[in-house]
Amino acid sequence: MTQSVVVQVGQCGNQIGCCFWDLALREHAAVNQKGIYDEAISSFFRNVDTRVVGDGGSISKGKICSLKARAVLIDMEEGVVNEILQGPLRDVFDTKQLITDISGSGNNWAVGHKVFGSLYQDQILEKLRKSAEHCDCLQCFFIIHSMGGGTGSGLGTFLLKVLEDEFPEVYRFVTSIYPSGEDDVITSPYNSMLAMKELNEHADCVLPIDNQSLFDIISKIDLMVNSGKLGTTVKPNSLVTSSSGTLKKRHKKPFDAMNNIVANLLLNLTSSARFEGSLNMDLNEISMNLVPFPQLHYLVSSLTPLYTLTDVNIPPRRLDQMFSDAFSKDHQLLQADPKHSLYLACALMVRGNVQISDLRRNIERLKPSLQFVSWNQEGWKTSLCSVPPVGHSHSLLALANNTCVKPTFMELKERFMRLYKKKAHLHHYLQVEGVEKSCFTEAVSSLSALIQEYDQLDTTKNMPNLELRKYISRFSAVSLTYTRCNPQHLPFK
Amino acid sequence: MSIVTVQLGQCGNQIGFEVFDALLSDSHSSQGLCSKRENEAYQASCKERFFSEEENGVPIARAVLVDMEPKVINQTLSKAAQSGQWKYGQHACFCQKQGSGNNWAYGYSVHGPRHEESIMSLIRKEVEKCDSFSGFFIIMSMAGGTGSGLGAFVTQNLQDQYPNSLKMNHIIWPYGTGEVIVQNYNSILTLSHLYRSSDALLVHENDAVHKICAKLMNIKQISFSDINQVLAHQLGSVFQPTYSAESSFHYRRNPLGDLMEHLVPHPEFKMLSVRNIPHMSENSLAYSTFTWAGLLKHLRQMLISNAKMEEGIDWHVRPPLSGLPPLGKMSLNKDLHFNTSVANLVILRGKDVQSADVEGFKDPALYTSWLKPVNAFNVWKTQRAFSKYEKSAVLVSNSQFLVKPLDTIVGKAWNMFASKAYIHQYTKFGIEEEDFLDSFTSLEQVVASYCNL
Repeated sequence: MTQSVVVQVGQCGNQIGCCFWDLALREHAAVNQKGIYDEAISSFFRNVDTRVVGDGGSISKGKICSLKARAVLIDMEEGVVNEILQGPLRDVFDTKQLITDISGSGNNWAVGHKVFGSLYQDQILEKLRKSAEHCDCLQCFFIIHSMGGGTGSGLGTFLLKVLEDEFPEVYRFVTSIYPSGEDDVITSPYNSMLAMKELNEHADCVLPIDNQSLFDIISKIDLMVNSGKLGTTVKPNSLVTSSSGTLKKRHKKPFDAMNNIVANLLLNLTSSARFEGSLNMDLNEISMNLVPFPQLHYLVSSLTPLYTLTDVNIPPRRLDQMFSDAFSKDHQLLQADPKHSLYLACALMVRGNVQISDLRRNIERLKPSLQFVSWNQEGWKTSLCSVPPVGHSHSLLALANNTCVKPTFMELKERFMRLYKKKAHLHHYLQVEGVEKSCFTEAVSSLSALIQEYDQLDTTKNMPNLELRKYISRFSAVSLTYTRCNPQHLPFK
Repeated sequence: MSIVTVQLGQCGNQIGFEVFDALLSDSHSSQGLCSKRENEAYQASCKERFFSEEENGVPIARAVLVDMEPKVINQTLSKAAQSGQWKYGQHACFCQKQGSGNNWAYGYSVHGPRHEESIMSLIRKEVEKCDSFSGFFIIMSMAGGTGSGLGAFVTQNLQDQYPNSLKMNHIIWPYGTGEVIVQNYNSILTLSHLYRSSDALLVHENDAVHKICAKLMNIKQISFSDINQVLAHQLGSVFQPTYSAESSFHYRRNPLGDLMEHLVPHPEFKMLSVRNIPHMSENSLAYSTFTWAGLLKHLRQMLISNAKMEEGIDWHVRPPLSGLPPLGKMSLNKDLHFNTSVANLVILRGKDVQSADVEGFKDPALYTSWLKPVNAFNVWKTQRAFSKYEKSAVLVSNSQFLVKPLDTIVGKAWNMFASKAYIHQYTKFGIEEEDFLDSFTSLEQVVASYCNL
């Protein structure tokens, strides 16, 4: 079994990361009743004997002694990381896994990327190497960050290049929080644009998410819960134990509920790799199946049913509803409508008591309403994991490589251009060493090229299937091409 | 003679478990409908073929389990051990930490050479345990990365290292609407390679078996384990011991050799399918009775009309009247009507089996012109019933049944290839566009040969 390392960068990245580790511990506690350190847990946690000083404390089997997260926490301000270290999860993190500074990046990508990048490059490399050494077989880096700020955006993307150079065989999965329309950070379009270029070039797979969508989903859940119509009850062991007995004010911090969604995304993404099932799906299969061309690696995600994202007991509705919801624009974690755009590929990762016939039935049912690109009409990747999420019977994570990401990118470009034309705040960036106007122009062309790719694909929508060429002509075309090759050359032994 | 099974990838291992389980439970079944002595001979023959003996009497499957990640093998080993009836050898598995990522190129070019020695040495140990060795039965899927890519590599190696032994590859044809997006690429690469290095390809289509589960077995929520059990039942009815000739009382000694001899007369035609009748849930079985005449009539029509199961058979399809020229070469664009065979083998098990009349299968109109029915058709009859079915018949057939699915897969793969989608994932590991083109060419050739029967 393989291991993954989570690298959480910046305020957003660390807050989401914190939620993730909390959920991961709860999930493993629920599944692993005997307290034995097994391969599933080892994918995200090390087993350490804390009595041993220094590095020698790792235990590979037997009872769980103390679990340490395979994580590296990076922030150029101390506030968030300090809070984590004083909170309930403080024992899960190794103090040697942290990189912090005091002054912060001032919401400036250039400061995060260039200044802190060069300042902390060695330390970053060292921590990453350490965490890789602790792994038997490292398969994947999960990077969590936001695009709009300075640290997550700048230093987070600086990391990508480092990872690519240092660990070329290891997948880089990036969870990026894109700024919403009413983002309060004025320079977020600059930061996001500059970060996009890095994502285009150095990430294997990006899961774009935006705050507005998360907020809408939370509102929907609240509505469901508070409407009282469904006879909801609070689960006995849930986190909701407000003394007044109401279901409001579940989370102390405003972004907690939203961060939980992203944390759930990461858990579900890796569930089929960690737990058994009748049709497993490893992390390298995600990239293999969902990225038809290297630059088109942006995947829109949706998690259904919604109530699996809460602690509330809602009687399960029909299984099929879960599948229908996965394709509706209200359930996507990005402002996007995949049903009315073009699918390049789609993955359905199911957890729980769902069998292949349920999966097939729903694919057959939903296929006619979805548009797939002509050369991938049956572009479905499926997986079945037998272990359901904690406290629920089943769940579905849908990942779509779909042209519906285009509007997000186009909006980003528009907002950027509005600022850039007036040269607003540009001097903050240009005065950083190593940053010139060309950085901006290159970033814009990179994004424009990407948008154009999606445009071209969209024009093929509604075109009739490329008919299977006639048997004879295809045969001649193939044999013609073949005879052009050196007939002596036999590719296989 | 013994058969060594190689189980590759998640699919291969999950199926392999069901197969051994089915073989042993049938062998221990008390409803054999034959004399005690005969039953014992049957059990002994089954054991010799598929199991070796351990000190405390628990049979060990003659199998090598290979997968590039550990979860499935661990599950398979523990399920077998839990049954208490049989188990896998302790050291019969080869496992790595990271899977093949659904990438044929990774399975073939990276995992293959890297683990060649270890895997081949495991296989060698298993072969050495056999007193007399019949050949290899390799179970794999086409859609994934390990079963398909590593499977192709291993089969090639087996051909090099055991040139005189037979290899039958059991291939799982994926569902038409994807389990894996790049399944068409993986499939064409696998098939083109196996056509060169394997002796026979026994194909099971997930879609077809799924329908059997739905229509015949009436299972509401079909799981992969249901599908695998149906598969195992079909394979069991082929591979369990059978008599060698009409009046002989000895069980055949060389199952693979006999199968190949009867079914693969020409190396250009290697695709075999399995159809069995009857097949139903246990509850229905209690209320059903059969006659050989009825069963064989249905089976024959299943062959002619290319039906995969005994429900929904198209009775309008008829073989061309003998003496008249064939109705023109089969056109791919029209629905396949009549399924011409290269060779057929019918295996009958159960009560009054000697009275069964198989004349219908000897009609020369069923077969291609260059093989006479006397050579193209064989029947094996065995008194001992199989797996609670008082009478059961299975047809292993080398015919045009796979032409349409094969053509469909080649077409879809070509479609994707023409737009160069996903190719970068393969070229990363050394499989170039040329290799794809080679595969297309060889498979087109196979389709053409079968069409021209």
